[in-house]
Amino acid sequence: MTAARRATDTFVIAGAILVAWQVLHQIAGTTALPAPLPTLSYLLQLVPSARFAENAAATLEAFGLALLLACLIGLAVGVWMGAHRLSGAVGEPILVALYSLPKITLYPVVLLIFGLGLSGKVVFGAMHGILPIALLTMGAIRAIPSVYLRSARALHLSPWQTIATVLLPAALPEVFTGLRIGFTVTLLGVLLGEMFASKLGLGSMIMTDMSLAQSEDMITVALILFVFAAFANALLLWVEHKLQRRA
Amino acid sequence: MTISPSQREVHVQVAGVTRIYPAAGDHPPVHALGPVDLTLRKGEFFAVIGPSGCGKSTLLEVLAGLQKPTAGRVTFEGQLVSGTVPEGIGVVFQEDASFPWLTVWDNAAFGLRRNGVKEAEVRRRVDDALSFMGLKDFTRAYPSHLSGGMRQRVCIARTLVLQPRFILLDEPFGALDAQTRLLMGDEMLRLWRRTGATVLLITHALDEAAMLADRVGAMSARPGRFIEIIDTGWPRERDSGIVAEAAFGEITGRLWERLRGESMKALGYDAAAMAAE
Amino acid sequence: MTRIGLIRLAVIAALIGGFELACRAGLVNHRIVIPPSEMAGALAALLASGAINSDIERTLGVVAVVIALSVTFGFAAGIAIHALPRLREALEPLFATYYAVPIFIFYPVLIAIFGLSPIPIVLIGVATAIVAMIIATINGLDRIPRVLSKVARVHRLGRIATAVRLQLPAAAPYLFTGVKLSVSYGFIAVIAAEFILSPAGLGRDISDAYTDFNNRRMYALILFLLIIATVVNTALHALDTRWSERRTGGRP
Repeated sequence: MTAARRATDTFVIAGAILVAWQVLHQIAGTTALPAPLPTLSYLLQLVPSARFAENAAATLEAFGLALLLACLIGLAVGVWMGAHRLSGAVGEPILVALYSLPKITLYPVVLLIFGLGLSGKVVFGAMHGILPIALLTMGAIRAIPSVYLRSARALHLSPWQTIATVLLPAALPEVFTGLRIGFTVTLLGVLLGEMFASKLGLGSMIMTDMSLAQSEDMITVALILFVFAAFANALLLWVEHKLQRRA
Repeated sequence: MTISPSQREVHVQVAGVTRIYPAAGDHPPVHALGPVDLTLRKGEFFAVIGPSGCGKSTLLEVLAGLQKPTAGRVTFEGQLVSGTVPEGIGVVFQEDASFPWLTVWDNAAFGLRRNGVKEAEVRRRVDDALSFMGLKDFTRAYPSHLSGGMRQRVCIARTLVLQPRFILLDEPFGALDAQTRLLMGDEMLRLWRRTGATVLLITHALDEAAMLADRVGAMSARPGRFIEIIDTGWPRERDSGIVAEAAFGEITGRLWERLRGESMKALGYDAAAMAAE
Repeated sequence: MTRIGLIRLAVIAALIGGFELACRAGLVNHRIVIPPSEMAGALAALLASGAINSDIERTLGVVAVVIALSVTFGFAAGIAIHALPRLREALEPLFATYYAVPIFIFYPVLIAIFGLSPIPIVLIGVATAIVAMIIATINGLDRIPRVLSKVARVHRLGRIATAVRLQLPAAAPYLFTGVKLSVSYGFIAVIAAEFILSPAGLGRDISDAYTDFNNRRMYALILFLLIIATVVNTALHALDTRWSERRTGGRP
């Protein structure tokens, strides 16, 4: 199947989605669901506005910090559980169980401990990201051929050197997959946190729009978030493929 | 005294069978097989040997009714074989076709249960077949716990319980090591004598073909045609011990003589140029 | 239970026990977190009183509907897409990015369209869960060994018999993974929706308890949800592992 045909088919699907959107708009009415074209023109007005910039900055700040925290803790836990067999065997089912829990259930607890400000959102977002990063890092470390470790010992590398110069490079492709998934779920966590209890940020912007029946604003922000996430994921996937090829 | 194979009645008749795979996507049509003519007598053991890609598996599938020939016809017990697998034909495939979700016993019983065969009869036939294939102690095990050879035996048992009159085997022992294959060869001979079925075995191993078969068909490189059919003349009561016989060496030698050039062709070598070196 | 299982149990018990002691010793602010034993006690009382029964029914009912819809329609869609290779290739980029975008952000839009009822919750739940089922179905169908269709014809099975007796069991482990994910995602989406905005349900309950500063009730409900989610997910995971062991048992 040629690339050109595949590209046109994808455009057809995209077109079908737009048509479906238009149809739903006809059925639901403008107050509920604005049409695609007006949404696009609204988007062009919204993005440069101060209101949007303020909220987007707040979300990005929380997201950035949450992702950083998730990476640090997730990598540390993942490396430890991957390298230390017993901890890995004991801890993996616990992590897996935590991964499938609806973490929003714990958000009130996080808010009670960390308050309603930035730290609450950051911790909540990080909570989401830590698990896939830890699990995939752990898997990646476990998959490293034992001959690499024996070589490291033969070369008299210290534990830290072994981790930094042997374990992590060897495990990098799969670790990166964990980071990519961590990216996605951390973003979701931060947005969820904003939707539930926040005055600032794109998530809370959407909730405010809903209560004020400003559908155009609401769907535009949602769309922006979708596009951002899709592009970021595509970029991360591209890097991931490059790493896999090299491995 | 037993009737010699050539005196028995015709069981399977292949007349002018050709198989051309139609063009698909970017590939042009592929003339995989034929024209092939073959007559199989009731109860004979026929081996087909040839280089990779020569169309042996295609021949097997056409004979079984899994593929329709592009030209020519196949008859089994006088009836035309075309598109559906006739009752009375059993096939053992190259790939592992054991069902991982069923025990060995249930795997063997698979084909029987639907045909309205009584439960007691099912049990008798399955126990018998598994016992015959040396799987009596593994009836409750799952195939994934068994070795490749044992899984193939499960597939053979599954075919056996249906009491086929014509058994087709497509390189069933391809994945096994050479010694295990010789032992499996003995199993095949026992099975053949026990069931009295007509057997067609596809193999790439010269010694296997020479040892097991009443007749061996040497097939050319693609498109596969029989270049020679050799009569081995072995007695019905034979086993792997015949590899020690002088005749065995002669037969194997003759097969290789015919097949060597074809194999090189299949691998892309220029046989004439190499001979000139 | 294996040695590792015992160690795990001990670790969990130690963590909970340690936390309990820390609370009792006053190391943890009682107004922020209450001791686990109190949570359990509050939950027992709440269940006994029957006060949250309607909410339990409501939440679990919605989750059940979401799972049923996602699994059945996801399975059907997966079969259909698998049978149409061109459609499948065209949808590939969509499936690849689907779980990369925060679908849930769409929930308020659904409320704007459908109003405050179970419908937007069911819709966002299905939207979250169904694609996992579709992808798992397609994957499972991919992995049916090709030799099986030949075996079916040798045994002269009809199309339905082939599908039911051979293809379905062969694809089953992968289908079950899809079910497992659908349950997990569906549950997460429904609870999140109830938290954010919903007229009823356990998520709404917890949200109310939080805003009312009713910590005992809040922690009791949180404990309840966590227990249910853990039990269901762990059970499904155990089944999944057991069935795939039977399949691969050491040999792929």
